[in-house]
Amino acid sequence: MSVTDPKPAPATEARRARLSTLAKAPAARLKALWAAHMPEPPAHDLLRAPEIGTVMVHGRAGAVGAPFNLGEMTVTRCSVRLPSGAVGHGHVQGRDREAALAAALIDALAEDGQASALEAAILRPLRAEAEARKTARAARAAATKVEFFTMVRGENA
Amino acid sequence: MYVAVKGGERAIDNAHAWLAEERRGDTDIAELTVLQIREQLVLAVNRVMAEGSLYDPDLAALAIKQARGDLIEAVFLIRAYRTTLPRFGASHPVDTGAMACDRRISATFKDLPGGQILGPTFDYTHRLLDFALAAEGLEVPEAPQGAPSDAAVPHVTDFLAREDLIQGEPDGSATPRDLTREPLDFPADRPLRLQALTRGDEGFVLSMAYSTQRGYGRNHPFVGELRIGTVPVEMDIPELGFAIELGEVVLTECETVNQFTGSKTEPPQFTRGYGLVFGQTERKAISMALVDRALRWEELGEDNVGAPAQDAEFVLYHSDNVQATGFLEHIKLPHYVDFQSELELIRRLRAEAMQATGQEAAE
Repeated sequence: MSVTDPKPAPATEARRARLSTLAKAPAARLKALWAAHMPEPPAHDLLRAPEIGTVMVHGRAGAVGAPFNLGEMTVTRCSVRLPSGAVGHGHVQGRDREAALAAALIDALAEDGQASALEAAILRPLRAEAEARKTARAARAAATKVEFFTMVRGENA
Repeated sequence: MYVAVKGGERAIDNAHAWLAEERRGDTDIAELTVLQIREQLVLAVNRVMAEGSLYDPDLAALAIKQARGDLIEAVFLIRAYRTTLPRFGASHPVDTGAMACDRRISATFKDLPGGQILGPTFDYTHRLLDFALAAEGLEVPEAPQGAPSDAAVPHVTDFLAREDLIQGEPDGSATPRDLTREPLDFPADRPLRLQALTRGDEGFVLSMAYSTQRGYGRNHPFVGELRIGTVPVEMDIPELGFAIELGEVVLTECETVNQFTGSKTEPPQFTRGYGLVFGQTERKAISMALVDRALRWEELGEDNVGAPAQDAEFVLYHSDNVQATGFLEHIKLPHYVDFQSELELIRRLRAEAMQATGQEAAE
């Protein structure tokens, strides 16, 4: 199994998108949406209790060359299994154990047939908010773009 | 030589209690929160993350508060904390070409795809103290907004590479040597040097870079491109069997384009210096690129003119401010026995010298 499969299955792509959205979400927001959607967390076994660790981030020399160690970032991960047998793996940036547990439970429930409800209640709002934050910065950056103009010289006037 | 000296415990405890009190300062003034530091002293937070080699703005802000604003002490706290955490793995190399840029400027091309984006910069400010900031509760007007573009913002060096005018970058090993896992060893390849530089002390790396500009290993750099923005960090998750994005980091990247007239081994072409640093850390990234280029003299077949910035051992052994502080400051710790022997030696030498002088005078 390779992570660089040219065409991942649609189910893989959906799960990848879901887990990436959860990982990048602000922890407080993720927990709030999760609590609103599911005030009582579903029964589950912890395959891996929430664990704080790091990931070494690689850069490339000259942006395109040999990988090098840029430094680490904090990540919290968690794995759960539902009574149905569905397994969820949650990863979140930072050090929030509850957020990692929420991410794992959301992943497990989505694998267990609840994907569209979770999409509507949690993932779509998280994506929209991330997009809004990104657009707000991009709009400010666009306003600082230099528009060069060339001075018209006398003989051309 | 050190010997255990007992009896200082109470003094130490009391010193730390006083430290905590001094850290808090005047209690009539509101206490600074970690979130305030994270949001309003962002560049200090960025420096602590870069030199602490750990991207976590909340932790860096906490370290700055605990260290009373001493950034090297804060870096030390972050490094110490990092050693307590397990490492889950390594990310795919970040794709800085796909960065969501807050800032992107080029000193080599005026008109380039994606344009010149100034971003939130100190450049062009007049460096006059703004006393309006001394007043609290100041309303900050919303910054003007333009129409965001989805157009790609390609690297400037891509244009030069297309014409084969700039040296290519070899692929290298997928698992670079890691100086946090094995002792720094020479010869140090470029990935190892880049790791040391990106976590090196900003002041040291700046001075090394400046020395090359002043003639100690001059390498004629142009800032081909400087970009600051956000990139996702992707990693393979073994239990899933595919990669996911684990988060996002803000990075500053500087690519220099350096004049190069060719050497015994290389044709005339532009060469590259590279800087990539956590956070908005522009001075550091430019400095890193200049020092990276200076350290490449050997692989490019250039002359070693004996400049400090060309000496990998000198640069890499002295760039780490936690190591440097540790060794520097250990000399303030008790050296009573060491000094006692020095004292006896000096007394003996002095007595012998006096005796000899006395004899000469008598003769």
